[in-house]
Amino acid sequence: MITIHHYLILSALLFTLGLLGAVLRKNILIVLMSIEVMMNAINLTFIAVSRYLRVMDGHVVAFFVMAVAAAEAAIGLAIVVSLFRTRQTIKTTDWRMMRG
Amino acid sequence: MSETIFFYIFAVISVGMVLLMIFQTNPIVSALYLVFGFFGVAGLYVLLSAPFVAVLQVLVYAGAIMVLFLFVLMLLNLRKEDLVYDRLNWRKIGVGGVAILFLGFLAHHFTRIQIQPFFDLPENFGTPEGVGRLLFTTYLIPFELVSILLLVAIIGAVVLGKRQ
Repeated sequence: MITIHHYLILSALLFTLGLLGAVLRKNILIVLMSIEVMMNAINLTFIAVSRYLRVMDGHVVAFFVMAVAAAEAAIGLAIVVSLFRTRQTIKTTDWRMMRG
Repeated sequence: MSETIFFYIFAVISVGMVLLMIFQTNPIVSALYLVFGFFGVAGLYVLLSAPFVAVLQVLVYAGAIMVLFLFVLMLLNLRKEDLVYDRLNWRKIGVGGVAILFLGFLAHHFTRIQIQPFFDLPENFGTPEGVGRLLFTTYLIPFELVSILLLVAIIGAVVLGKRQ
């Protein structure tokens, strides 16, 4: 018997894995992919709760999160391309001109 | 019973593929693993009787966004020394411990949620018709704002990608 808690704990696990990937890795593309994984975990929470409450509002919120993720991926990858053009690297530790 | 089996299959696929994605040196391989992870999450959406969001997951995430990632990866022309594996140090072990604490915190609070399970769903639950009806009545203004957000993202990406 699968309850809502199975889905909620699975999404917590996915969110934590995405957080770990975003914090630990130095490759900026893997950091961006980990942020996508975190947004997916949030979507899974919304869909699970809306299934068990029998309302469809969570599906609409998941749709909006997908649109925000698409915009974030487009802008993030454009920033990565323009930074790679000037610095010739994709390691986050090499981009420290904003550090005080 | 079959719901339990499929839940564990899709859960193992999504978590395993995300783990493989994090611990890769080559970003192209990790993008391909992430595509399969998104397919696993789409299967979970189907189990949660949300077929429209599952189709959107495959089309938008596994399709469009990951193709964008692969396109940029192949455009960047990375060298060998960019693909080294990150070393483990004490800072990372500490971050991992904090993440495990965070997961325990989330799991503790999630297991205390009490929602009575309903097995009879309303008509058109999760179908394109049901979601679309909600999207164009209750959530009409946020829907239009999302279109403006995507337009701003397109313009921003063009401006950032233009050579000075």
